[in-house]
Amino acid sequence: MSTLTYPTTDDAEITAGPRVQAKIAWRGPVLYILVGLISLVFFALLTPGADVTKFALTGTRTPFEFDVPSRTTALVLSVAALALAGWATWLTSRRVKVPAWMPITFGGVVLLAFLVWVMAGNTNALPVTVLLTGALALSVPLIFGSLAGLLCERSGIINIAIEGQLLGGAFLAVVVASLTDNPYAGLVAAPIAGALVGLILVTFAVRYRIDQIIVGVVLNVLVVGVTNYLFSTVLTQNPQTLNSPPRLPTLAIPVLSEIPVIGPVLFKHSIVVYLMYVVVAVLQVMVFRSRWGLRMRAVGEHPKAADTVGINVNRTRVRNTVLGGAVAGLGGAALVAAGLAFTKELTSGKGYIALAAMILGRWSPKGALAAALLFGFADSLRQVLNNLGSPVPSQFLAMLPYLATIFAVAGLVGRVRAPAAEGIPYVK
Amino acid sequence: MTTTDTLVAPSAAPTPQGKEEERGMLTRILDASWLTVTFAVIMALLLSSVLIAAANAEVQASAAYLFARPSDFFGAAWDAVYSAYSALFRGAVFDYQAEGVRRIRPITETMTASVPLIFAGLGLAVGFRSGLFNIGAQGQVLVGAAAATYVGIAVDLPVFVHLAAACLAAAVAGAFWAGIAGFLKARTGANEVIVTIMLNSISFYLISYLLTTSLLRQGGSRPISPPVGENSIFPLMLGPSFRLHWGFVLALVAAVAVWWLMERSVLGFQFRAVGANQRAARTAGVKVNLVFVLVMVTAGALAGLGGAAQILGTDKTLQATSAGSIGFDAITVALLGRSKPLGTVLAALLFGALRAGSPLMQTSAATPIDIVLVIQASIVLLIAAPVLVRELSLVHRVAQLFGYSMKEARA
Repeated sequence: MSTLTYPTTDDAEITAGPRVQAKIAWRGPVLYILVGLISLVFFALLTPGADVTKFALTGTRTPFEFDVPSRTTALVLSVAALALAGWATWLTSRRVKVPAWMPITFGGVVLLAFLVWVMAGNTNALPVTVLLTGALALSVPLIFGSLAGLLCERSGIINIAIEGQLLGGAFLAVVVASLTDNPYAGLVAAPIAGALVGLILVTFAVRYRIDQIIVGVVLNVLVVGVTNYLFSTVLTQNPQTLNSPPRLPTLAIPVLSEIPVIGPVLFKHSIVVYLMYVVVAVLQVMVFRSRWGLRMRAVGEHPKAADTVGINVNRTRVRNTVLGGAVAGLGGAALVAAGLAFTKELTSGKGYIALAAMILGRWSPKGALAAALLFGFADSLRQVLNNLGSPVPSQFLAMLPYLATIFAVAGLVGRVRAPAAEGIPYVK
Repeated sequence: MTTTDTLVAPSAAPTPQGKEEERGMLTRILDASWLTVTFAVIMALLLSSVLIAAANAEVQASAAYLFARPSDFFGAAWDAVYSAYSALFRGAVFDYQAEGVRRIRPITETMTASVPLIFAGLGLAVGFRSGLFNIGAQGQVLVGAAAATYVGIAVDLPVFVHLAAACLAAAVAGAFWAGIAGFLKARTGANEVIVTIMLNSISFYLISYLLTTSLLRQGGSRPISPPVGENSIFPLMLGPSFRLHWGFVLALVAAVAVWWLMERSVLGFQFRAVGANQRAARTAGVKVNLVFVLVMVTAGALAGLGGAAQILGTDKTLQATSAGSIGFDAITVALLGRSKPLGTVLAALLFGALRAGSPLMQTSAATPIDIVLVIQASIVLLIAAPVLVRELSLVHRVAQLFGYSMKEARA
């Protein structure tokens, strides 16, 4: 009989007892204040007062250069960052959620302070336009890769094979583009290779129910092995006909590319970049606002429920994984869009970075876009600073995106929640 | 439960059991795990031989007139495949063309190549069984190698003490490096897959940087460390004509230690409990967060020892590329070994054989080393899917005529 009475006693306890509240998570504010202080001490106070930092903006009618006093600028930016950190602390103590633009603004301000410090006293000017254009170009393969991961994982298949899909796509793109002497043919062929890797992945995952992480890791090895082998046998015998792809032509969008700075950065690229804009926008809408997306997410979160209402779980997974593989293959084509010849292990871990970008972006297209852009920017910054010379050893600059990811994953994202049914084969 | 079950992800539906007695002799033999492994290896070699033949110039030439004279084509294909695999065998197991004691040199090379793989594979296996997918062996091996090198060149100690100190430093460094991922997972819930991938890249750049500083640099323009001190080198087991060193025995000891840890100790039981079901383990009083840290520390220490074995046993000097692909190969080794110590050792020996044999294959049969990756990947894929092996196997197909049922076979 006691079971009948327990709701009332429970209610009584709640009303009578002390108010229960979740513990305030101080991790975010502490991280902001820490980074803000680092910025204040290292980027501002330790900079010699006489130094100036030069920025150059090209892509306008007349190239435009301006100088700022390094120390004062870094000081202003660091104080702004600390103010933001203080505001976040105040919000957190009042149990108000910190708005989403806050970490982005904070990161931007600290990044600017870092740039001012790195370039302080450098006789060369920082080519801002080049830096940003490079950032976008370098992040395109990562964006496609993380979208591929998203498509698979949202439907419940863990895709560690992004690396293999990128590599396969890049290989086929190079070979087909070289054979036909048409870069667009390569762009069409690349998704086929990616989709094929996706198909093997999903066959093993759905039909043979093997641990998806294992299949993914092993498929990466397999694709590396096959492409390396074909490279050192077939491609090196005939480099002229098989391994000299033409570059994808740059298509400037008529009016938009005339905008100063933004125009050349965003609208003066090859077709893969525009394709990326379209794919990100379409997926952002489709995943969260369409029947297709709802079904996909249902299959990834609760396949049994999805099955009950008549969705074919395994067919959805197969389709999504093959589609995801194709998208990653496109990323492989983007990797070699500049007319690069194929080399062994061309992707050099970009698939794993794309995976990290997807998780960092919390399995959403726009999040993946932002995270991938961060990696692309760091990569571009490293290349630019290598050419200009900087006080920071190039190895540390190269480390930066990875360190930033660890900070972001540990400090800001924390316990991200993957799709619930991820990695679990569905058996009726 | 056979060992084949462990690779298959947990499925939502329970598998029917209790038919053990009804299964006939034929079925029992055909479903045996050793048969699957053997068939998987054979099929992987067959699959790879297609690639070997396809890339051979003579085969390509004879394929042009395949229908006119098929014997030319098949003869050329057989020659290409046979010369590649016989060279692989001569390089990895027994060189029947060599003279005297050099004939057994290949098998010792295989054992030497397997040492770092055993260590790193054991580390990963501990992680996999505890439900942590640690992709960071690459970084842990490299950090361990760097620490061993530093102790090897910077201090001067008596024999054995120096070696022990260098190994200890490597284990501590690897444990620390992996511990970062474990700590972050325990403390903030940061996904260990991301953190360990990031730590791999960070370790590569960190070691590249350290190799340009006075800490590890030789002095020349190349980023390479001076050779480690005489006393810190693993002693050779079979005299100076073989490269096999006592690190191999240490690796076997480590395998036994890991077996004891996972199967016989309370801590290992807690590791496995967390791997099987985190919530149940937490309910039963296991400090899951502490286990995360301890698992990563154990894995890192083992991987770090792998790095030490590579430097102190084989390479003697450190470069940023010293870890090669040990860390990533170790993932496949641990998976192939089903995350069990004995399996890991055997898988490491197999991969060591492929590593040791491939250079001879490249020089004498002109088959690029990269085919080894294809063989490795196909073996693991096939072993992971026993059902697929049975579907592809001619023997199992024929056996179906005699009443063997594939559907009843245990997946």
